[in-house]
This record gives sequence, C-alpha cells and structure tokens, in this order.
Amino acid sequence: MATTSIINKLSNNYPVAEKVKGVFTELTRLVVVPLIGLLVFLLLWAAAAQNIDTSLGKFPGPAAVLEQFGSLYDEHRRERVKEEAFYERQHQRNADRVAKDPGYQPKIRAYTGKETFLDQIGTSLVTVMSGFLLAAAVAIPLGIAIGLSKTLNSAVNPIIQVFKPVSPLAWLPLVTMVVSALYVSDDPMVSKAYLVSMITVTLCCLWPMVINTSVGVASIDSDLVNVSKVLRLRALTHVRKIVLPASVPMIFTGMRLSLGIAWMVLIAAEMLAQNPGLGKFVWDEFQNGSSNSLARIMAAILVIGFIGFLLDRGMLQIQRLVSWDKTSADR
Amino acid sequence: MNWLKPFKKVVAAGVIGVSAVVTFAHAEELGYPEKEELKFGFIKLTDMAPIAIAYENGYFEDEGLYVTIEAQANWKVLLNGVIDGTLDGAHMLAGQPIAATMGFGTSAHIITPFSMDLNGNGITVSNDIWEQMKPNIPKMADGRPVHPIKADALKPVVEKYKADGKPFNMGMVFPVSTHNYELRYWLAAGGIHPGFYAPHKGDTSGQINADALLSVTPPPQMPATLEAGTIYGYCVGEPWNQQAVFKGIGVPVITDYEIWKDNPEKVFGITAEFAEKYPNTTIRLTRALIRAAKWLDENDNANRPAAVKILSQPNYVGADYEVIANSMTGTFEYEKGDKREVPDFNVFFRYNATYPYYSDAIWYLTQMRRWGQISDDKSDDWYKELAAKVYRPDIYTKAAKSLIAEGLMSASEFPDFASEDGYRAPQTHFIDNIVYDGTKPNDYINKFTIGLKAGDKL
Repeated sequence: MATTSIINKLSNNYPVAEKVKGVFTELTRLVVVPLIGLLVFLLLWAAAAQNIDTSLGKFPGPAAVLEQFGSLYDEHRRERVKEEAFYERQHQRNADRVAKDPGYQPKIRAYTGKETFLDQIGTSLVTVMSGFLLAAAVAIPLGIAIGLSKTLNSAVNPIIQVFKPVSPLAWLPLVTMVVSALYVSDDPMVSKAYLVSMITVTLCCLWPMVINTSVGVASIDSDLVNVSKVLRLRALTHVRKIVLPASVPMIFTGMRLSLGIAWMVLIAAEMLAQNPGLGKFVWDEFQNGSSNSLARIMAAILVIGFIGFLLDRGMLQIQRLVSWDKTSADR
Repeated sequence: MNWLKPFKKVVAAGVIGVSAVVTFAHAEELGYPEKEELKFGFIKLTDMAPIAIAYENGYFEDEGLYVTIEAQANWKVLLNGVIDGTLDGAHMLAGQPIAATMGFGTSAHIITPFSMDLNGNGITVSNDIWEQMKPNIPKMADGRPVHPIKADALKPVVEKYKADGKPFNMGMVFPVSTHNYELRYWLAAGGIHPGFYAPHKGDTSGQINADALLSVTPPPQMPATLEAGTIYGYCVGEPWNQQAVFKGIGVPVITDYEIWKDNPEKVFGITAEFAEKYPNTTIRLTRALIRAAKWLDENDNANRPAAVKILSQPNYVGADYEVIANSMTGTFEYEKGDKREVPDFNVFFRYNATYPYYSDAIWYLTQMRRWGQISDDKSDDWYKELAAKVYRPDIYTKAAKSLIAEGLMSASEFPDFASEDGYRAPQTHFIDNIVYDGTKPNDYINKFTIGLKAGDKL
C-alpha cells in the first residue's frame, strides 16, 4: 500500500521538487525510521547486556546471539552428516543380517540422533499448525451453529465463558494422562508427545474462533437473511450461500487471534511437558547452564518472535484475500 | 505384488522351519534382539556417561539396537516414564528400583542388570555457611582446610540457626536417592539429626525430629536454588557441585568418596516385564553398557577428555567442558582454587563397578530402615530376598560371558562368576569407621547412634 502511494505520487503532476520531497519523506518513514529504531534497540540491548551479570556470565548481547545462530547452524549441518552415516550403517547391518538370517524383514528405522535447532523449529510449526487446524475444524461449524440458534447459544455460552480463560498449563496434566491412557499402540503413527502438545494447543485456541464465528453469524444483516427467506433456501444452502460469505471477516478475525494464542501456548506446553520443539530447546538450555546457554535462549526467543510475526502476517494476507470487508483485517 | 503372496507364504514357512533348526543348533549363541527400537531416559548428570558412550561409540548399534536417548525433567518423571512404557529403560538412582519394587512411593517391579558407576556426588554449602563453618575446621600447614571435612564443623552453625528459630534447609534430589542417604549419613555422623520418615502415618517429608530440614530439588536446579537462598546446602552429582564453584555461589565441602569409599551410585533400570518379554534385548543392552563403562575407565582414564567432550553437548549434560572435566578427569575443585586429586571420583568400570551386587542393594535398604522409610523391623532374609528381586547379576553374567566368548573382553576384567555370591566382603571405608557387612543388615542398623534400630517404630 505504501509503495503504491509512492508510485501514485510519482505519476501525478507534482512539480519535480515536490515529487522528490514526497518520495524522500515516504522513504524516511518506511526505511530510515525503522532502521533507526532497530539500531537504537540494538545499542540499548548491547549496553544493558554489558551491565547485567548473571551466574552464567554476562547477559548475551547482539554479537553473542549472532555467534550462537552460527553455531546452531553448524550443529545442524554436522548432525545431518551423522544422520547419513547412520543410514548407511543401518543398510549395511540389515544386509549382513539378511545374508545370515534370510527370514528377516529388513526395516529402516528413523535416525536416533538428537533434534537440532532447525528440527525443533520444524516440529513446533507442524504441531502448532495441526493443533490450529483441528481447532478450526471444530470451532467454525460449532460457531455457526451457535450463531444460528439462540437456544443453542444460551446453552453453550456459559461453558465457553468458563473454559476460555483457562491457561494451557492447567490442561496439560489432564491431557498427558488421558493421552497415555487412551493412545496405546505398539507401532504408533505419531508420538504421544506430539499428540499432547497438539491437543493442548487445540483446547486453548478453540474459544476465540467459536466466539468470533458465532458473533459474525448472529450479526448478519437482516436484509440478507430476509432474501434467503424469500428465496426459501434450504438450511444447508442458506449456510453456504448467505451465512458463510457474510461472516467470513469475523471468522478470520477469530482465526488470527487463535493462531497467535496457539503459538504462545505451544511454547509454554513444550517447555513444561518436555515435548520436542522450541519450548523444550529453551528449557534444555536453561537446565544445561553452560556459558552459551543464555545466548542460545535469546536466539530461540528471537526465532519464536519472528515466526509468531510471520504467522500473523500470513493469516492477515489470507484474510485480505478471502474477505469482502477489507477494513476488517485492520481491526 | 499380490500375485507373489502365496509364494511368499511358502518361502516364509520354509524360513521359519530352517531358522528353528538353526536356533536349536546354536542354542548357546545370543539371539537377535526382540525389540530393536528403544528409548532411554536420563537426568543431566555426568554419571549418565555409559549410555551416551554406548550410543556415540556405536555399541548399541553393534547389538542391533536403535536407541534414542532423552533427557528427563526429574527423577519422578523418569521413573513414571519407565513404568508406563514411554521409556524402555533409564539411568536411575540405586534406591529407585528398590523402593519401587518394595512399594515405597510409586510401586512397580523394576530390576537392574547393570550398576552404572561408583561415587560421583558431593555436598556443597553456600558461601555464607562456608564462612561460618571455616573457623571450626582444622587447617594444614599451607592454610588449606584438612579433608575430609566432617559435619562436626557444620553442627555449631545448625545449632545457631535452630536457636534463632530459623529452619536450616538443605536440598537433595529424591527421597530414595543415594544423595539423600549420603547427606543423612554425613550429617548424622557429625551429630546433626536429618529427620525421620513415617510413611505408615502418611508422613513422607522426612523431617520428624530434624535439626536440618531436607527437601527435594531436581539436580540441574540445585545451583539456582542455592543462589536464591531457598536452601543453604545440597548433595548432588556432577557437574552441579563444580557448577557452584564456577558460578562462585557455593563451596563443595566433601565428596561421597570420602563419606563411603567406592559407594555404588546409579543403576540402569528396566521393568521386570521388559526383561521377561525381551530377554535378548536385555542382555544385548547390558553388553553395550558394559563395553561403554570399560571404555570410560580404559588405560587409566585416558578416554575421559573425549568423554567429557561428548557429555558437554547440549543434548547430554550440556554444561561447559571445563565444569564437567573438573570432576571427570581425576580432580575435584573444592573452594575456588583448591583443586585436589580425587582419581576415583568417578568410577565406571574398575573395582567391578558395573556388577550389580546384592550387598549394594541391601545397604540402601538398611538406610531406608534407619530413616524410617521402612517403618517396621524386617528379617535379614527379607532384605536378601528383596535385593535378589531387584538386582539381577544373572543377566549381567550372561552378558559378560558372551562378551568374553566373543573375545571383546577378558574374564579377568570381571568377578569370578563361578564363586561370586553377590556379596562384597565387609566394607570398612566409611567416614564414621562403622563396618558394613551386607549379609547381616540388622546388625549393621543397630550400630548407628542416630537412626532407628531393631524394634524401634515411630
């Protein structure tokens, strides 16, 4: 949007001096000011870090964190090399055994080494997206049903209001126990830890979506509802043709809120339950107490923040694409 | 490939027939593991080293085992993981399988075919307490304190806190941990009462009649808890004593080597059900661990620096190389700069460290009785039967014999299996000079001044 306004100004018939000045002020606002902001932040950070002494050494400044990004990436590459060697050895061993014991069905087992920082990012992203999609699959139909029926709304509303403010960490022990009790399989498709994190995320990001969807559905313009009545649309067609399109902006506002919550919840859940992912990475480094630990935790915090930001922007773009009410995205 | 199916069946039947014959012919040879993918848990302590080494040196893979190793949050989480099957086995406190099998705390039949190490713990007090203790400790010619430091030096400090009405809090890692018993042993030997348990009355805090109040803190959090002032001292494994020295927040006063020379420390615990269901896997994982332990002690600790490098990786212990190396390479730093030789601070293989002696299990049982975790008198036979239920030298012996047969190890590296009865000769090197004979547990309990004796019940 900002770039289009620059182009607009350029193409209009401003006098040249005005034009240059306009571009300059825009540039300043868009590039220079944020850069100055960032620079001041880095300086303040570096200065503050110098003065904070912890028992693990100085608080990490920007340079130390950058160095850890480098070493985390090196670790990742080394681990990949080890992984290749692991598979090679395994093939060899399987072949040897088949030669000796022809009845043996060779099986390739997944790499047993540690998860690197990049792997943990991947795990966290997969967990948060699956938890979020599961929540959406439950919340949107439920929200529509509640929005359409006043009776159902008054029946369900108290339950939603009570569960909505519950912290994820309160759910965690229950989820852990229930999953271990119910999910019993000799050759599980997905790990228990993954299920526990995912369900905790789902439970926590369900509510904003339900509430926003139901409010969106309930507040559809009565003209639209009347049109549907006049045309005698059947219930499903009414939902498909009138309700869904009309409430899309609200649904997406709810989804964006939920995804933000989901990401925050996930990190906390991983930290507490020691489930693989970025949260576990932070906790492990805290427990290690090595001289690099604080810088590594800081690196993880930056990554968590950046991913949260990208997730939010991504949802915003989708919202803009599918929504007829362009102002809703900026709410 | 559906058309292949009938054909496959015929081949499979043939193979089963052949393999049955083959198994029969090589009845002595160790079979393939029944379960190949395993997950082991550990707590971030240097004595988990045999597991890390067995993985990194490929000993597990040599046995056809594909092992994932995972750090656990605390001892309780770890034990529950083994019981509910999320973990196949784990680095455990020697007392854990014993207490679980006995039903103190969480109840489950856990066994151990492999004892992981000797020694390796220390007791650290905060700088403030150290300053108050120091005047009570005799000095050597060069001004450094004489070691071992007895709890007698701490006694006046504890008494002062008591007189002021302030609780004297100390940390240990688990109610049935070696650290709890070692800390209690040291305190009691210096006349400080560490408190009784009374599980039959529902009291499992262990603070009845206590001068010093002991409570549980997970090992990696010990230094932080000491720094916060919640506890004045703690007993824990490495690297968390050396960490306190490096951070400048506390001073290790004694190692467990000085409390009881060559005391058994961690064990490798699995459920009895696992061992029964997967006998070959059990023997094979024991073999891998024995080889790792041997590597750790080989050529006078020559491999220790390499081991420290592995342990300092973030996925294992993760503390700095220097911190771990301090205790793993034959020295121990007490007060900052006061580094002394303790070559046997960590023993993984020498002195038959890996053999699961019944007498080791019984020592822990005697301490459980002494401090009231076992509320009633038990006969000597009861002690022996329970020890035999948990400690499984039979599995160890099978693993060791197969290693000897394959030429990977020599018979001289193990106890003489023909005559070994599982009881060490009476042990003398305790800080209070009381002799321990594993065959007479009740006699031993009666020798202590502080503690429950035969006939006592709270």
